[in-house]
Amino acid sequence: MADLSTDFVGIKSPNPFWLASAPPTDKEYNVRRAYEAGWGGVVWKTLGEEGPPVVNVNGPRYGAVWGADRRLLGLSNIELITDRPLEVNLREIKSVKRDYPDRALVVSLMVPCEEQAWKAILPHVEETGADGIELNFGCPHGMAERGMGSAVGQVPEYIEMVTRWCKQNTRMPVIVKLTPNITNILYPAEAAKRGGADAVSLINTINSITAVNLDTMAPEPMIDGKGTHGGYCGPAVKPIALNMVAEIARNPETAGLPISGIGGVTTWRDAAEFLSLGAGNVQVCTAAMTYGFRVVQEMISGLSEWMDEKGYTSVEQVVGRAVPNVTDWQYLNLNYVTKARIDQEACISCGRCFAACEDTSHQAISMSEDRVFEVQDDECVACNLCVNVCPVEGCITMEQVAPGQVDPRTGQTVTEKYANWTSHPNNPAARAAE
Amino acid sequence: MANSHLTPGVAPGRLQADAYRDNFADKMPPFNAHEAAVAADRCYFCHDAPCVTACPTSIDIPMFIREIQTGTPEAAAKTIFEQNILGGMCARVCPTEQLCEEVCVREVAEGKPVEIGRLQRFATDTLMAAGVHPFTRAAPTGKRVAVVGAGPSGLACAHRLAMRGHDVVLFDARAKPGGLNEYGIAAYKTVNDYAQKEVAWLTQIGGITIETGKSLGRELSLEGLSAQYDAVFLGIGLSGVNALRTEGEEKSHVQDAVDFIAQLRQAATLANIEVGRDVVVIGGGMTAVDAAVQSKLLGAEHVTMVYRRDRDHMSASEHEQDHAASKGVRIITGAAPVRFIGNGAVRAVEFAYTQETEEGLRLTEETFRLKADQVFKAIGQTLEGTPEGLQLSGRKIAVTGAGRTNLPGIWAGGDCATGGDDLTVTAVAEGRDAAEDIHASLMG
Repeated sequence: MADLSTDFVGIKSPNPFWLASAPPTDKEYNVRRAYEAGWGGVVWKTLGEEGPPVVNVNGPRYGAVWGADRRLLGLSNIELITDRPLEVNLREIKSVKRDYPDRALVVSLMVPCEEQAWKAILPHVEETGADGIELNFGCPHGMAERGMGSAVGQVPEYIEMVTRWCKQNTRMPVIVKLTPNITNILYPAEAAKRGGADAVSLINTINSITAVNLDTMAPEPMIDGKGTHGGYCGPAVKPIALNMVAEIARNPETAGLPISGIGGVTTWRDAAEFLSLGAGNVQVCTAAMTYGFRVVQEMISGLSEWMDEKGYTSVEQVVGRAVPNVTDWQYLNLNYVTKARIDQEACISCGRCFAACEDTSHQAISMSEDRVFEVQDDECVACNLCVNVCPVEGCITMEQVAPGQVDPRTGQTVTEKYANWTSHPNNPAARAAE
Repeated sequence: MANSHLTPGVAPGRLQADAYRDNFADKMPPFNAHEAAVAADRCYFCHDAPCVTACPTSIDIPMFIREIQTGTPEAAAKTIFEQNILGGMCARVCPTEQLCEEVCVREVAEGKPVEIGRLQRFATDTLMAAGVHPFTRAAPTGKRVAVVGAGPSGLACAHRLAMRGHDVVLFDARAKPGGLNEYGIAAYKTVNDYAQKEVAWLTQIGGITIETGKSLGRELSLEGLSAQYDAVFLGIGLSGVNALRTEGEEKSHVQDAVDFIAQLRQAATLANIEVGRDVVVIGGGMTAVDAAVQSKLLGAEHVTMVYRRDRDHMSASEHEQDHAASKGVRIITGAAPVRFIGNGAVRAVEFAYTQETEEGLRLTEETFRLKADQVFKAIGQTLEGTPEGLQLSGRKIAVTGAGRTNLPGIWAGGDCATGGDDLTVTAVAEGRDAAEDIHASLMG
């Protein structure tokens, strides 16, 4: 059976599934139960500096986006960092870590952007026996207005500076949590690395308004007739997170920097995808908030089975395995030609492929009187839209046109030779190079 | 009353009061909003959807389901009513398993169609509960049209004509409008006086005057109507019943199923309706099923449906047959009655097994008897009282195009006319289309 244990920047955990810093990890009661349910690690909900804790709103904190049958696809929150006193959290962290020495316990921190503030809190955290710290440079709401959270995460110089302060003032590993609310994830990632970060974790939540209440004309979640942007997470954000993780993993400046993958991990498969794109472990929140802590069991069994099936014996063997296949558009093989193929046995004749292709694409699917749908190879550009709108998985596939055959759309014989945009005759840059 | 299912002979009050209430409750309870949302989510919004093609009234089913899905059931109802003003009744009585749901791509793929009928009911009930009538009349045309028969085809025709600005007088022979919706459908399919509520809601369009207790051949004549009105639509249904011509048919408690069904629908107290301990229903259609099931629900101990041909030939759908079986009705196929036995009142029926031959169905020598203290005949209805001058085709009024009869200015539709199955939804389509044709003729 595959070994799911991980050693992430020296922090050991029995499996790569950690709970992200969020409401589920705000107190001892929850964290103990999470460990009992099987979570490999926990990032304790963000602590602030000593003194009167922050306050949360007393109206709704979450907004949501749903799919069919009210399946939760996206969740937005306007909750701040922990609103419990620092000493209570520290006491509880110590107690939990003492009882669960084999589980990872990382403490998320967010204090004002002054060296003294960081210097002050780090010894308290160290004293709990926690395994590491995560710098919350990501929270996009509330705390950012006070110059913390994503307000720091959006300025690479601040990231570098605070990371350095932390590295200079603690022996604990430092994980820098990045905000996706920037134009290029590489700048903050590189800054974290320059500051000496042991790892980055991403993504934090995305600025969002989930819905507008059309009766009151206010955004959701609505507090007394007003709303504010919240942090979006859940399955809907996974593609954005995967891309950002991959960008950091394949960027020469940051390649090799450990990554904790966060963003919409809901199943073992999501986790495996993050791992393959370079994440050393994953952090989960929305799936636990939607289904409870028990979901981790499916993640553990699913990942384990899949690894066994593929012959991977350790998580390490999976990490980054797909990174070499992430490339730039200009390097994609323009001589690779495919055509859509409809499996007539599997087809249920709903006609969605036809509507999509006929109305919005290339008029490459024909429809007969008796509802037989067929691909017209001379029009098919292999866009894949029909595959994506078909309700039957595996009914429409993209099949490669073998080299030597003629593509009826272009009249060109398909060649085996790899050729990309950099050398394409239509590329003015390519011409100039000649 | 101390009667029970064991009381011999024909007797009322075989059940406790709450058993009547439970037995005759809504056969398929309505969806709540969440159930509707979940059911609506299953629709694929097919291109040129097969369900629309299968619907005799061509309701844009994917569109109305999408409207439910997006939280606008009232808009969904309007989409339905634009094509079928009796969409509420059709949602209850349509054999959807033979129409839209049979061809649903999910039925084909998974054996589990989108529940179109129940979704349609959700939408139409929502709008009707709001008391909203979504259509307004066009400017008055000054034309007057007589519609004879206030059943599905007549109601659909009258509504469409009124909408186009014509004045309509809607006649019906019975005491209440609605036709088969009111008198001919099992009580559990249309509870809470739905047929009358639907007529009241439909006539909110204005311009429709209903005159009940008036039938063709008695108070009305086709000549008279032709003279008084700019056009006439006949939606008179099939008011006669086919005779068995079997020995002993005159014995008491040998009745027509349609009368029993009508009696049930009109009864103020179901406990007052007499039903046999051993009931035999002869026939294989929806009427036979409705009579058999309701006999059972009234407390009959044994109910047997006997049909002369095999199961595949039964016009009651498989769904209907299953429903009957689930209520405890025994179905015998391939047997026909040869004799009713009894001294005054029927006591038993003798049947002979039948055989399909090239010359048609033949009785064999092999017979059996079923104990029966009540027999319902449900072997089909027939056109009765056809006015002179109207050309027939087979046993129905011959029509061409959108219900045109051989007489100028006279249209016909629904069960009394040729074309289409004898279904509520087909009658609605024919009434609607005839109205459009009448409108075009009058205004052209």
